[in-house]
Amino acid sequence: MIALSHLQKLEAEAIFILREVVATCANPVLLYSIGKDSAVLLHLAMKAFSPGKPPFPLLHVDTTWKFREMIALRDETAAWLGLDLIVHINHDGVKAGINPIASGSRIHTDVMKTQGLKQALDAHGFDAAFGGARRDEEKTRAKERVFSLRSADHRWDPKNQRPEPWSLFNTAKKAGESFRVFPLSNWTEADVWDYIALERIPVVPLYFAAPRPVVRRGDAWIMRDDDRLPLQPGEVVETRMVRFRTLGCYPLTGAIESDATTLTDIIAEMRASQSSERQGRVIDHDGSGSMEQKKQEGYF
Amino acid sequence: MSVASARQRATTVPVLGDGPANDDGPRTRSLLRFITCGSVDDGKSTLIGRILYETGAVFEDQLGTLKRDSRKFGTQGDKIDFALLVDGLTAEREQGITIDVAYRYFSTPQRAFIVADTPGHEQYTRNMATGASTADLAVILVDARLGLLKQTLRHSFIVSLVGVRHVVVAINKMDLVGYDEAVFERICADYRAATAALGFAQITFIPVSARDGDNVTTRSAAMRWYRGEPLLAHLETVSWENPEQDHQGAVLPVQWVNRPDSGFRGYSGNLAQGQLKPGDAVAILPSGRTSHIARILAPAGEVGNASAGQALTVTLTNEIDISRGDVIVDAARRPPVQQSLEARLLWTSEVPLAQGQRYALKLASAHAHATVSTLHFSIDVASLAPVSAATLAMNDIGKVTIALDRPIAVLPFAASTQLGGFILVDMISHETVAFGFVEAATAAPSAVASPGRTGRLAAFRSALQHFVGPAGSLARTKTAGTIAGHGITGAVLGVCVYGATESLGTALLVAAVDWVFRPLILSAASILAQRIWLRRDHRNRLASENVLGDGI
Repeated sequence: MIALSHLQKLEAEAIFILREVVATCANPVLLYSIGKDSAVLLHLAMKAFSPGKPPFPLLHVDTTWKFREMIALRDETAAWLGLDLIVHINHDGVKAGINPIASGSRIHTDVMKTQGLKQALDAHGFDAAFGGARRDEEKTRAKERVFSLRSADHRWDPKNQRPEPWSLFNTAKKAGESFRVFPLSNWTEADVWDYIALERIPVVPLYFAAPRPVVRRGDAWIMRDDDRLPLQPGEVVETRMVRFRTLGCYPLTGAIESDATTLTDIIAEMRASQSSERQGRVIDHDGSGSMEQKKQEGYF
Repeated sequence: MSVASARQRATTVPVLGDGPANDDGPRTRSLLRFITCGSVDDGKSTLIGRILYETGAVFEDQLGTLKRDSRKFGTQGDKIDFALLVDGLTAEREQGITIDVAYRYFSTPQRAFIVADTPGHEQYTRNMATGASTADLAVILVDARLGLLKQTLRHSFIVSLVGVRHVVVAINKMDLVGYDEAVFERICADYRAATAALGFAQITFIPVSARDGDNVTTRSAAMRWYRGEPLLAHLETVSWENPEQDHQGAVLPVQWVNRPDSGFRGYSGNLAQGQLKPGDAVAILPSGRTSHIARILAPAGEVGNASAGQALTVTLTNEIDISRGDVIVDAARRPPVQQSLEARLLWTSEVPLAQGQRYALKLASAHAHATVSTLHFSIDVASLAPVSAATLAMNDIGKVTIALDRPIAVLPFAASTQLGGFILVDMISHETVAFGFVEAATAAPSAVASPGRTGRLAAFRSALQHFVGPAGSLARTKTAGTIAGHGITGAVLGVCVYGATESLGTALLVAAVDWVFRPLILSAASILAQRIWLRRDHRNRLASENVLGDGI
């Protein structure tokens, strides 16, 4: 008997979860947010349903403030794999002039991401949505189930989660209820990078260090991806060797100074690092319980 | 499209990464999943927090938040309260307790670890059982000052119930008993005696102080009398794989039917046990039909051999009707197919067990409707003794007989977690009401006997049992009444016949025939009608499942 390695066990578990959803839910969708976790999730989905294609579309909730390189990879990937890609923009939010600079990170994330996601799920009647969230990312996520039940208005009830013994997922739900499903629940940031290296999965070039135009804001380097980012008095755009550990909306995502230009460099840098990957995410720092609150409101 | 071109198209669907087969990782480390459990305030979260901190799994920005939170919610004065690293929900931080399982991840050069930090409060036992169900090993904490508590024994019992065979008893807060070896030895002896019946393969005792880090990652200077390894070193080296599983027959529960086009029909699922290779003779349960494995697709592509745990898609040499819930097994070592289960239940709902009510049962990928026909007894977790019970309330464990509406392939839980563990789900609220553990079958099946026949016999037995009802129940009283009624009508008929024929022999014969055959015919007709109804109901339900199972 060949004992499976740690990554092979995680891979088998994720594929099992992907298939379980397709076998028990009527209308699943994969939330594709273009980052490294989404890339791994999509790669696993291609494997799970091989030799066929994944029997569900991809959904990207576009806040209109994503890095341009992310959008390019998104369109290229969907076309190359021949998958349906649904891009949803909350046009009400755009009309109301919501943006991360004037409205602040909290309102921007709520309107463009959380409300946008709910609109898209409701409009297409999706009853299960795969996400690439991992339990090691954040304390509230550590308590989340693999099959996370949401009420008809997408709320999460953290005190009333269904137990998930062994790999027996209770997939029963009432009309209007839906699942958020996290096949990568048990993966860590290190596992994701090891797997990307092992399987040679393409990721957004922004993860690799390159000279990029950035400005210093607080403790973070913010990349000026286009000229919508107004400069504050005294700010100067500099070109520095930077890369991103995590990718979100560009004005809300801090880069780190780095010389890591290859996967091997990235993995080595991550192992030596003394800060968590979500440090660069502005929205997590709105208060200690803030992720729990956002999730209750329907955020992924 | 011809079969050949369809297959070609099918195999050329691109994969996102163009990577190699992942049989050889860059660092092939093993993965140990363990849980920590014990009574409230035994220091579980503190222990985990300490290990995470010392293995470098806590980053500087998280440490900053932790220091802030320690001042706000902490219970350790000015010291860092490591428990706050794992208690993630606002309610948990406010109350200073763990409510839900938290999964944490860390690794050392030897191993990757997934640890489930589980709640100590009795009301959250189901969350503790959930964490234990996927664990290879359990770390049970005992407060050195208090010794064994009821909750220690309850957790040990649940850990053994859900199949964990390796236990580490971490006797914590040794600093508060003056690092006294005699206290440690006494608790070890008590624990061995109390858990002798639980069948653990290995119990390791370690004296620790989670707060100060003694014997957690480094050897304690204060307890030189302890000659064993610190906790982390033990976790890095312990072996837990069950060698018996090497000799088990292949079991592949069919999770999903992969039919991308008319040229390919594969059956997807994770191989629960054993090994498979192309050419292997297999049987499909519950139908008992046989075939051979044609191709095996693993995550890395087509393979010539698959082993337990892998996510597979297999094709067979001939077309057989197979759907989600069926099990592909080694034809020579077939698990029994049963329509009645002897099982233990761990009740997880606030609404108690209702005997005779239908629940949805999920075992591997099989779904069935289940009725608890008999509750034999519940188990007292402190003494492990059976006690008579009228129902099962939340956190109770009981022994039951379950009748199913269709036969399914099962194995005792002790032999197979996948084919022996199940859940019961309330049909209306959709709540998971119980975890179930199949015990050795009543109708002893043989590997070669026709499973269909065993299934029918079990079905008849369970239907009869269902009809007669458990002792003291309304159904049983009704049955007794009906039998008495039959006696009376038989006697009346006999008297009538005697009146008409004046032959005592004929009258007695007619009365006896009526008394014996009428209830038999009535029962048989009733059971038949019930079976027809269930089959029709089952077919309707399956039809809708098939639509999904085929990936539309």
